[in-house]
Amino acid sequence: MLGTLTLLLLCQLAGELAARLLHLPVPGPVLGMLLLFAGLLLRGGVPDTVQDTAGGLLRHLSLLFVPAGVGVMVHVTRLETEALPIVVALFGSTLFGIAVTAKLMAFLLSRTDPRLEEEPTVGEQAKGDRA
Amino acid sequence: MSADLHQIWVYLSASPLAGLTLTLVAYQIGLWVFEKLGRRPVLNPVLIAVVLIAGTLSLSGIDYRTYFDGAQFVHFLLGPATVALAIPLYNQFQEVRRSAVALVVALLVGSAASALSAVALVWAFGGSKATILSMAPKSVTSPIAMGVSEQIGGLPSLTAVFVIITGIVAASLGTWVLNLVRVKDWRARGFGMGVAAHGIGTARALQVNEVAGAFAGLGMGLNGLATALLLPTLYHLIWG
Repeated sequence: MLGTLTLLLLCQLAGELAARLLHLPVPGPVLGMLLLFAGLLLRGGVPDTVQDTAGGLLRHLSLLFVPAGVGVMVHVTRLETEALPIVVALFGSTLFGIAVTAKLMAFLLSRTDPRLEEEPTVGEQAKGDRA
Repeated sequence: MSADLHQIWVYLSASPLAGLTLTLVAYQIGLWVFEKLGRRPVLNPVLIAVVLIAGTLSLSGIDYRTYFDGAQFVHFLLGPATVALAIPLYNQFQEVRRSAVALVVALLVGSAASALSAVALVWAFGGSKATILSMAPKSVTSPIAMGVSEQIGGLPSLTAVFVIITGIVAASLGTWVLNLVRVKDWRARGFGMGVAAHGIGTARALQVNEVAGAFAGLGMGLNGLATALLLPTLYHLIWG
């Protein structure tokens, strides 16, 4: 567990450093994620301990948003005076965004999905896969 | 005696212990309610926790900044958790690779649809410019959204609130809207949740299905990248 946390923090730190040194507009943790992903590809597998600890952290991912959410207290006045546009925009755009993304993705998958033809099952090498 | 109690209260309300404990206890209560009442998505644990904590702070007169001194230890873990999303992504890599074209197209359209519809709706219903700019990056995970908000002249802390509410809306109503538009593919369902509603959408997708969870994590990461790169550029093109 400790090893995994160290690994995650090192990736994040490397990501933050890269973002700052190279003046990338991308946040450090996202670069850290790409870095860890590249590392896993090179290694060719996820060690069990990493799998477990990361799984534990991600199972409670929504907990991590609570402190920022309580920040709603600070903005009560603005939320009251602009309640209508804020509520309409948050509900409307979120549901619209989910629907558009998922519908388009499902449509594209049904058009291009090699699974509908004879293709290797998940986990095997898909050599003829150009996607 | 009451002087002692007062001393203890002063100590506790200023130390990080209280804010941290309050956060975990409130979230546990949220989870408990969520489980007890049949895992109804409307009873989102984040929503319950936020309401409980905001209520407790208001009643006891503790301000948000004092609370956050403790809660920041939880908040900080968002970074490592974002890095950890590489793992479900790796586990599903074969799936991801064969859907790459669909992913990229759906990402760009979905990301634009979320941001532009949000901005258009605030504008159409008479919101202020600060609210419009703070709203634009609300679909991506809070550290990214707050950074983008600052870059384009929004209020980062207001953006954080919009980010969380977006997640709660998606976690509560996402399943309903996905059924409404009749999307059955777990990859597409997860990806929609991740692109439009970042980590809370991803957490919800992970609860439902592992494949959906992996694609949600991917959608969240990719939209984080896309928004961080495209939104400031778009803003400078429009407003100079």
